[in-house]
Amino acid sequence: MVEGIHSPAQVSDWLGLGRILFLVIHLVGLAFLSYIVYRRLIPLLRGERDIRFDRPLTRVARVFQYWLAQWKHPRYRSAGILHILIFAGFITLAIRSFALVIFGLSDGFAFPGRVGHLYDMATDWAATVVFVCMIVAIIRRLYWKPARYAVPERYGKDHTADAVFLLGLIAMLMLCDIVFAASNAAAHAQQGGAVEPLAALSLPWLLNRALAATPVPALLNVRLGICIVHELTFYFLLCYRPFGIQFHVITSLFNVYFAKLDRGTVKPVRWGEANLDELESFGVKRFEDFTWKHMLDFYSCADCGRCSDNCPANAAGRPLSPRFLSIKARDYSFQHYPVFGRTSARQEALIGSIYSEDEIWSCTTCGACEEECPLLIEYIDKIVDLRRGQVDDGKVPQSIQRPLKALETRGNPYGKLEKKRADWTLDKEFRLSCKVRILDDKRSADTLYFVDSITSYDDRIQAIGRATARILDHIGENFGIMGALEKDSGHDVRRFGEEMLFVELSSHNVQAIKACGASRIVTADPHAYNALKNDYKDVPPVEHIAQVIAREMDDGNISFNPVRNANAVYTYHDPCYLGRHNKLYDDPRRVLDAIPGLRRVEMDRCRDRSFCCGGGGLMLFYEPKEDQRMGVKRVQMAADAGANVIVTACPFCMVNMEDAIKVAGMEGKMTAIDLAELVDEQIVRRVPTDTRDAMAEETVNV
Amino acid sequence: MEILVCVKRVPDTSENEITLNRAGNDIERDDLVYSVNEWDNYAVEEALQIVERLGGNVTVATVGGEDDEEILRREMAMGAKGSALISDEAFEGSDSAGIATLLKAFVQKNRFDLILTGVQAEDGAAQVGGMLAAMLDYPFASLVSSIEVLNEKKLRVTREIEGGNKELNETDLPCVLSIQTGINEPRYVGMRGIRQVASIVIPTLGASELGIDKNSVGKIAAKVQRTDYFVPVLGKGAEMLGGSREKVIDKVIELVKAKGGLK
Repeated sequence: MVEGIHSPAQVSDWLGLGRILFLVIHLVGLAFLSYIVYRRLIPLLRGERDIRFDRPLTRVARVFQYWLAQWKHPRYRSAGILHILIFAGFITLAIRSFALVIFGLSDGFAFPGRVGHLYDMATDWAATVVFVCMIVAIIRRLYWKPARYAVPERYGKDHTADAVFLLGLIAMLMLCDIVFAASNAAAHAQQGGAVEPLAALSLPWLLNRALAATPVPALLNVRLGICIVHELTFYFLLCYRPFGIQFHVITSLFNVYFAKLDRGTVKPVRWGEANLDELESFGVKRFEDFTWKHMLDFYSCADCGRCSDNCPANAAGRPLSPRFLSIKARDYSFQHYPVFGRTSARQEALIGSIYSEDEIWSCTTCGACEEECPLLIEYIDKIVDLRRGQVDDGKVPQSIQRPLKALETRGNPYGKLEKKRADWTLDKEFRLSCKVRILDDKRSADTLYFVDSITSYDDRIQAIGRATARILDHIGENFGIMGALEKDSGHDVRRFGEEMLFVELSSHNVQAIKACGASRIVTADPHAYNALKNDYKDVPPVEHIAQVIAREMDDGNISFNPVRNANAVYTYHDPCYLGRHNKLYDDPRRVLDAIPGLRRVEMDRCRDRSFCCGGGGLMLFYEPKEDQRMGVKRVQMAADAGANVIVTACPFCMVNMEDAIKVAGMEGKMTAIDLAELVDEQIVRRVPTDTRDAMAEETVNV
Repeated sequence: MEILVCVKRVPDTSENEITLNRAGNDIERDDLVYSVNEWDNYAVEEALQIVERLGGNVTVATVGGEDDEEILRREMAMGAKGSALISDEAFEGSDSAGIATLLKAFVQKNRFDLILTGVQAEDGAAQVGGMLAAMLDYPFASLVSSIEVLNEKKLRVTREIEGGNKELNETDLPCVLSIQTGINEPRYVGMRGIRQVASIVIPTLGASELGIDKNSVGKIAAKVQRTDYFVPVLGKGAEMLGGSREKVIDKVIELVKAKGGLK
């Protein structure tokens, strides 16, 4: 330290309080913070168990990706860049903030040598950048007002004031940093000490120039004053954060570390509880039934609105906004577990108080919200848990009670006879071209084609089943189906909260699959694919037909004739359970692009931002309250992209798309086709020798 | 309030393809799945809602065989506390009066403030409720679409009458009511609930337990006997309306008006 220059603590003789004042601020600040954090931890400690301490290396890697490298942020470009700059500044300054806090107390703290010098320069810039970003952010909030921040009337009051107040506090903190650095350097310079140069053109640098002529005592007083203001603001901000949207600054690191690792899965009814029959209650009924991690999610929500901005249910006007699932739960938590005053936890049902039945049944579990959330907040598991609670109380929408009952008695939601499950193979023409074997414990095959209910029974969708079978037959696959032995995969039974029925269906299927002796499974239904891959245990590896086609194409076993409909413009719609939940984006596109002459365009919302068609499984039976069908919006998106054929790879998408085309009055202008159907049409068949190939030939030449 | 709900197991029309057997005297029963008669399910829900408000118990009873236990269990999973399977070889072939006689005997062995039945069974004749009331000499209201308990002795019930109109009635307890669908939204019975009641022993009551003269019920006593089953001859079929959307709409309105659906 330069002779004659004192640390703020030493100069404080004019105040006569010196170190004591700083010490008091620190201690009071830290005491408050500790108390607040303790109070905020109470509900988490009362929450349900959640196993999140496994796989530490994966979790650390994710912290680097999603927290430190802000992976999701650039998905919203301007807001994302702003946030990355602020975050980088914060990280830089966090070290400095603590340094300043310690500097206030002791003289010894500084980074040594060159590193210290570079670091000081970096902080000058960091403070400048964050300060400017805060100003931009305030302007953005007040004047540009991005639509996704708006609070619809039914969800309460606008959040702008709180947001601007917090941004202002941070700006204030930055200003303190800047003035401190400038006055400090000016004082050093005037007393002829070795001056550490400030970063050129940074705000401290500019301010330093302005202060060059200010007398030293004044500079020292400014420096001391600013230190105190900094301290007070710093601790106020730190203690205020756990009261609102700024809580994420503290919780985000933990939220990302403890985030869910396994895609496509649903959390168990209760972590670590194998015997479900023993449980007194299922799912989430009261706030305390949420797991501690889910409560941490509520704390961590930054209110950025990206989830709801991408939520198809929200877009279609259904009474669901993922953002407010979090905000309402956080408000509930703050109200019943206040920092000051008595905890007033009540056995109050969440549905009927903060959530409505329609709200939780509106979700298609498409995963758009989770894909978008920069803080990796989970929604699907919470929705499923809330539904489990409802199912346990017998409160299931009338429209899905019947299909659930039919699934219980008949193994399919339509209540059709089990023995007719393989009837889709009996089509006369199809039987001539392709024989599908029915497997059981006596008749085995290498590959099991898991058909699932909709493809087995729905007149329109059966065509996808036949196309799939013909493709498997074409590539010489030794395959069969389980026929009456197959039951619904239960994928959406589980996601609709009827866990025990899912257990019945899945254990039946697992047994039947094992008995038929196949060494791998193929399906054309992404919901079945996801169930077999991520929900079922101990079954052979499963592939979606798109993967099979892509692989066989690469191996030269599948080649395509020039596209039949050369004037058509195709677009590929990513099914949620193939895309987002299982990251299968490229195989279907590669297959389409391999068809000679096929023109393909992308919709604005594609790949991991795909827009759900309206939901599959039991969602087909649910009668939502909505302004518009999701499917209609999606079909419009395809039209906007200039396409007139929507290719999808999911039977439920097909149902929704074809309905939507009719509802939108776009018949004749837009068609939908399944990837398997298109491939089946375009595939180059082998040399015709018998009826079957003659028929195939005919198909090709149409 | 102690409430008895009389329930019946019927082939579920939404989950079966109902066809006649070869002899033509019954439906093909090999692949049928059964469920509780829809009206009865509404009656059980109504009973449960009443005891949730006022306290008491709901008991469900059915006349039938071993297979019928399934629906008693389902209704217990729904929330009914008591159940009884009224079953005896001598009861087989009972007509509606026979069933009502058996239920009457069961009611007289217990104490119920209120007895509910469905308006009708999917495979029935909508007779048992009224007959039971007459045999017990209880007041009876049919087609009930809402129940309000005024006091321990009195109910106010809404009945559906033709043309979508409703009438209000007051009736003394104990009484018999036949419940119309739509009176409530029956709760869902999940697998979990069914598993929880899977091991409950359901009492079976035969002729001796009920103190019934075997000759007063069953096939011997039945005054009505089913003689045949037949599928009605198909009508002319649907009329397809053609032309532009506007024309089709106009035509539909005209047709609905002609049939009195629009005024």
